[in-house]
Amino acid sequence: MIRRAVCLVVLCALAAFCLQAAEPVSGQRFTLSTHCPPGFELARGSCFLRSLYQLYDSLRGAGVGGLKTGLAEVRDGFTPQQIDLGRYLFFDPLLSGDGSLSCASCHHPDLGFSDGRGRSIGVTGDPVDRSAPSLWNVAFLKRLFWDGRAHSLEEQVTGPLYAPDEMGNTERRLLTDLNANETYRRLFEEAFGQNVITANAVYTALTAFEASLISLNSRYDRYAHGYHEALSADEIAGLNVFRSFVARCAECHTPPLFTNQEMAVIGTPEPEGLPFDKGEGALTGDPTQRGAFRVPTLRNVANTAPYMHSGRFADLRDAVKFYTQGRGHAVAEGERLSLHWHIWEPDLSERELDLLVSFLHTLTDETFRPPMPDAVPSGLEPVGVVPSGAR
Amino acid sequence: MMGISTGTLLLVALLAVHAVMAGELVVKAGESIQDAVSAAKSGDTILIEPGTYKETVYIDKNNISLRGVVVSGNWPTLEGEKIRNDAVLYSGSGITIENLKIVNYKGNGIMGQAGNNFVIRNNWIIDAGVYGIFPEFGKNGLIEHNVLSGIEDAAIYVGMCDNVDVLHNEVFDSVAGIEIENTRHSIVDGNYVHDNTGGILAFITPGLPIKTNYDVIIRNNFVVNNNHENFAIPGSIVSYVAKGTGITIMAADDVVVENNIITNNEYIGIGIAGLEFIAGVRSDPESEPNPDRVKILNNLMWGNGENALPEVKAAVQAMMPGERYVDIADISKGTGSCILEKDRYVSVGLDRYSTCKMTSTADTLTYTLPEPVEIREIAADEKGKAAYYGICAGCHAYSVKMIGPPTMAIQAMYQGRPEALAAYIAAPSKVREDYPEMPPQNYISEDVRLAVAQFMLQVEK
Ligand code: HEC
Ligand code: HEC
Ligand code: HEC
Repeated sequence: MIRRAVCLVVLCALAAFCLQAAEPVSGQRFTLSTHCPPGFELARGSCFLRSLYQLYDSLRGAGVGGLKTGLAEVRDGFTPQQIDLGRYLFFDPLLSGDGSLSCASCHHPDLGFSDGRGRSIGVTGDPVDRSAPSLWNVAFLKRLFWDGRAHSLEEQVTGPLYAPDEMGNTERRLLTDLNANETYRRLFEEAFGQNVITANAVYTALTAFEASLISLNSRYDRYAHGYHEALSADEIAGLNVFRSFVARCAECHTPPLFTNQEMAVIGTPEPEGLPFDKGEGALTGDPTQRGAFRVPTLRNVANTAPYMHSGRFADLRDAVKFYTQGRGHAVAEGERLSLHWHIWEPDLSERELDLLVSFLHTLTDETFRPPMPDAVPSGLEPVGVVPSGAR
Repeated sequence: MMGISTGTLLLVALLAVHAVMAGELVVKAGESIQDAVSAAKSGDTILIEPGTYKETVYIDKNNISLRGVVVSGNWPTLEGEKIRNDAVLYSGSGITIENLKIVNYKGNGIMGQAGNNFVIRNNWIIDAGVYGIFPEFGKNGLIEHNVLSGIEDAAIYVGMCDNVDVLHNEVFDSVAGIEIENTRHSIVDGNYVHDNTGGILAFITPGLPIKTNYDVIIRNNFVVNNNHENFAIPGSIVSYVAKGTGITIMAADDVVVENNIITNNEYIGIGIAGLEFIAGVRSDPESEPNPDRVKILNNLMWGNGENALPEVKAAVQAMMPGERYVDIADISKGTGSCILEKDRYVSVGLDRYSTCKMTSTADTLTYTLPEPVEIREIAADEKGKAAYYGICAGCHAYSVKMIGPPTMAIQAMYQGRPEALAAYIAAPSKVREDYPEMPPQNYISEDVRLAVAQFMLQVEK
């Protein structure tokens, strides 16, 4: 008797939610989630990251170290509504000047939140200067873009939105379009309590969504937390090459985030026929910063080929091999770079390169992949231009 | 009578616990040290008998000791044959490594990555590659009584650590003897540092994620004849160290140099510089470039600086025509520095130094911590919460069907039975027709499985 009563309660609760989930498909009524995405706890109305890594410390709170090391500071504390609104915006081509591209056109969930291209294609149909980085774990980054030029996600987002060769929009047009859309006005009101949509609210919502893309449950992580059976003998051997002082990968791609977030000059080649990319040096004019790029994370790297700022390397084997072909081997003649001291001649064997690649595959985890919306408030086809390779 | 028997019982109990907790594993010649590490539990000591061991040993556990057993002068030897990368890598805390001979590796002899409470002592390390002993990202460590030679970079390199003592080691025939880099609260005491390119270095390397280096005591060391050719790897930071450097202080703050014997280092006895001194490295606006508040207390110095930097030599000649030597040169823009009995030495660039108010660091016995850094004790509730949101929430939401059934439904089934829930997730069986199978969560440790079960049963939204 007691048991049946309990079941009934559960069933009712389930049914209620099923109804709510089914409603938006028609496009008439979009609602914002009142739940945090996976990985987050709802506390005082906002979502806060929870991870086993929070059980560990890190030296001086820097979020770099070894296996059981705490994370770098995270951007969290957004409301479920802001995160979910950011999700609609992220997949809505309304954000581009001509309504063709959404953020997901270049950062697609099927492609590790990248686009499978060497250099992304913007609204003009031409390639932009660089490759689209993955957005997994951007919540932890204190510098954004390959050259580190933005210092917050809010600042970063104005880049693609208003660059003529990327989404080609203007702030004015963006706000006009959004404010003309009744659904968006209602959703922004719900998420931000304002009935006029402001640029800052748009940036916050996009930030909230991006900061929810957490990947910390790979097989590597199981190993790190102490379950050593999670990796095969070869994968462990690969981890040992990775953190060895011969390959030195972990000195820059430092766990647990697989980036130490520093700028480094490593001297990767540009694709055939393209000019040298000065990276950070183009912003500062400092000759020692020529060709410096922020160390990228390697989490989910197996899903984000091709590699490097230019997309020069088609696969992981080539990207890894770069490090053993000689310090400065790809630096153009006459170019003087302050190459990082960890770029040296490690003389890795073919087998060690294979081991490194197999280790990098253990960093894959997309269990918290967010659902793609079936429809977006603008009524446009979600995503807009879909990069090839995505479903 | 009562009292005695209870006491005895207690003692017996304690001993029994001790025996269970701290086991000993013996590795004999021909066996693998790594196999013993894999079998070891927290608290175990691995005794390594004399023999040649051709392997890389990695320790991803806490509280493990590797202890060599030296018999009639025969050492257990880790042999890298110049084909293996590192001899010992550890990421765990509470690691002790002692009595090992380590030769011919390509990378490092002993490298720590974020392990706290480490002890590295009585090891004999020859030509082990880039660094002999290199703890990185560790807090609270002791490096003592090691003998190292033939290292391409630093024999002992304390990088991005806190609270480390480096005591009574002999380091020679290496590019750098002892390096304290981007580290706080360290003591370098009683070491014999000779015939390296540079003896002892306390400096900031720009472009590292931990940016400061301060509170370093360099005392009671012999720093002599560090005139070895620089054989560093091109491009490495120490490839910029001039041959003949006794003690280098670059950009580090609050460094005390006391009671050392610093002789016959032909470039300089003590050289103090800012980051502008190194070339060829990306400049890092987040690294503060000046060595501030250097304190040079009483030291014995002579015969240094015969081949000093030309500018330094010229400055000496301008002051003291015909003088061959120079002990101390400060070419930095640092402020707040001081020295005792400045006139004892030939020095350049010390005009702005005041007379130190302190005369000794004798009151500071150690910078290691009185209690080990705690391996953080986490309340079960915290663990359960981290695992629930950090892992389970990918498939279970409170009231909605995701990949797995809603938590509400699970609460109804398992109320009051967290053990049963914990058992299920370690080895799930197929229950529902309309759901996929749940993947086993046996990789989560047993205590966390129970904690997450308890948490799942009480979560309210
Ligand atoms: C036309 C393709 C394209 C579109 C559309 C696009 N991006 Fe990007 N994104 C890129 C490229 C290329 C870069 C790297 C540019 C650079 O570093 O100079 C980048 C960089 C980023 C970064 C920095 C990541 C890091 O690791 O530093 C973030 C965050 C980001 N984009 C978010 C967004 C958001 C949000 C949108 C939608 C408003 C968006 N992008 C739209 C191509 C695109
Ligand atoms: C000195 C710091 C440093 C070291 C050491 C280092 N990397 Fe990198 N890594 C970088 C930087 C910086 C980039 C980006 C360079 C660019 O785009 O031109 C990068 C890029 C990569 C990429 C491409 C990532 C992407 O998303 O496109 C891979 C893969 C990679 N590194 C793997 C490794 C491996 C494996 C090792 C060890 C053999 C290693 N790295 C050692 C700094 C480093
Ligand atoms: C990859 C997805 C996934 C993850 C991660 C996951 N579960 Fe499940 N879980 C499922 C599925 C699917 C079922 C339903 C299985 C069935 O009915 O056969 C389930 C069922 C359950 C059940 C019901 C067992 C029963 O007797 O009916 C419990 C309890 C449970 N999960 C607990 C957990 C806990 C605790 C965690 C985190 C440590 C977790 N799950 C992580 C997918 C997952």
